[in-house]
Amino acid sequence: MANPFSIHKSTEQGLSVLSLEGYLDAHTAPEFEKTVQAEFEAGRVQQVVECSRLSYISSAGLGVFMSFIEEIRAAGGDIKICGLAPKVFQVFDILGFSALFDIVPDLPAAIQRFQQAPVKET
Amino acid sequence: MAWERTFSLHVPSSTENLSMIRDFVKSIGLQSGMGDMDVARLELAVDEACANVMEHAYDADDTKEVSIRAIVDDASVQIEVIDSGKGFDPAAVEQLKLEELVSAKRTGGLGMRLMKSFMDEVHYEMKPGVKNELKMVKWLHKTP
Repeated sequence: MANPFSIHKSTEQGLSVLSLEGYLDAHTAPEFEKTVQAEFEAGRVQQVVECSRLSYISSAGLGVFMSFIEEIRAAGGDIKICGLAPKVFQVFDILGFSALFDIVPDLPAAIQRFQQAPVKET
Repeated sequence: MAWERTFSLHVPSSTENLSMIRDFVKSIGLQSGMGDMDVARLELAVDEACANVMEHAYDADDTKEVSIRAIVDDASVQIEVIDSGKGFDPAAVEQLKLEELVSAKRTGGLGMRLMKSFMDEVHYEMKPGVKNELKMVKWLHKTP
């Protein structure tokens, strides 16, 4: 069965931008994990995950954000999340991700957030 | 006597079938008159339940089968997820805070947390190796 999911990588003002599209579930999360890992290993620790075309996320997808955030912040970087549709945002929100991650409306806001707070202020 | 309808889906235990399961559950939710956000919650809760079975109860053995049964009446949608895998003790799943999970580099338990948050009732009946059953209920709050 089709589980369409894709990741488009780009760079904006020195930030690594990962644009997610489709369905991020237990089947597709390993692809996302590999991508975040590869960016981290390449030293690209300032990452924006752009989700305006992400239709769905389950806990397997959320687990990827959780498993890298400490290492990335320890290396002076961060993951900022933007463009979440309401159905997707409710999943982040109910688990308390809003307190743990900078979640902003769109890519320009994510870029601005990196300028204001390279690592999330707690 | 209120009406009741039952729908069933049986799929091989492979995460590539999660999208088929979500489509099945989405159709049930829409037919029962749920709003978009509630349909999304139902889809996610069932996806989490089935992903747990596939990855943990069956240890990613795709020769096994996961069964999903939906019982719809005018007041609720009840979902049963049935497997014959190794089961687990739901009470033993630690409910750590998100920050603690991050520090411990663990992501386990998030799926169950989502099920409990998004469904009105969640019950387990475990007979490991025989029949493990997860029942979840979503009440329909229809406005007249």
